Amino acid sequence: MERKFVLRGLASGALAGLLAFVFARIFAEPVIGRAIDYETARDTAQTALARAAGQLAPPTAPALFSRTVQEDIGIAVALVVFGAALGALLAVVFTLVQRGSGRHLRPRALAVLLAAAAFVSVYLVPFLKYPANPPAIGHEDTIETRGSLYLVMQVVSIVAMVLAIQLGRVLARTRGSWQASLLAALAYLLVVGTTMAVLDPVHETPGPLRDAHGAIVLGGFPADDLYLFRLYALGGQLILWSVLGLALGPWAERALRQSGRPVLTRASAPG
Amino acid sequence: MTTPNLTANPPVETDLTEVVAGVAGALWLLGAALFGLLAVYFIGIDQGMTSVFGHTLGIHEFVHDGRHFLGFPCH
Repeated sequence: MERKFVLRGLASGALAGLLAFVFARIFAEPVIGRAIDYETARDTAQTALARAAGQLAPPTAPALFSRTVQEDIGIAVALVVFGAALGALLAVVFTLVQRGSGRHLRPRALAVLLAAAAFVSVYLVPFLKYPANPPAIGHEDTIETRGSLYLVMQVVSIVAMVLAIQLGRVLARTRGSWQASLLAALAYLLVVGTTMAVLDPVHETPGPLRDAHGAIVLGGFPADDLYLFRLYALGGQLILWSVLGLALGPWAERALRQSGRPVLTRASAPG
Repeated sequence: MTTPNLTANPPVETDLTEVVAGVAGALWLLGAALFGLLAVYFIGIDQGMTSVFGHTLGIHEFVHDGRHFLGFPCH
């Protein structure tokens, strides 16, 4: 059964990644292209300014892959493999929960609930503090700091989500599921809210580039493109997690039925 | 007087196929978790803030757009 769940998780995740790629290729890639154009224009302008001031321009690194490879194949491989990885991880959690605390839930409902909890804790909440950025945003020198901050935000959010769900289950015994769910959600928000307030902010969106006299040589990063990129990044994750959750559940139910195990359905569910 | 019964505790019968199935299942879960974490690491983080194969950029540049799109701090 573990083998079947894992293989179905991998397949669901790869499918989710493929659909996210189609979305990204149509909507996000034009924005990424414009962001790279801005980055190039900014590099050129900075080199010209440095030359005018009699300084040496910093060397530019040669491109390893063409843009065509990056925007057609690179991102497709990245999203499909990433989707499969999420599918494998969700299948592990699903397998463990399905035979434990999630027994009384129908498998397809459990898969969707787990995927939703994972989407909120793994992506949505860290995104609110450290949103996705297109190319041209972020200094190369601060990658370690930004990477660590994002990772800390993710880990706190995931641990808080797991603990909040446990808290909700304990509270549900005495207070009923409505109050227990609200209190658990409140506890989660308190923990991640405090963490967001404590962690350092990151403000690295390039502003206007000025010459020695203060005249603007190149404007700041286009605000509309920043908004669109973040919107599409969020949309891509929504596709990834919802397809994953919706595909894994029914596949897992079929695997359970084939092995002769009873599957809780509406007809057999108590009450 | 009766002789002490030396076989008072008969050995517990273990169903070997069940044990094998349990171990195989655990290994599948472990393997899946390992693959998931490694894949997320290489697509999202490696050759950025840390790098396991030294200062190379092959993976970083190949998955470049995906890394940005998935929300990882890139460069």
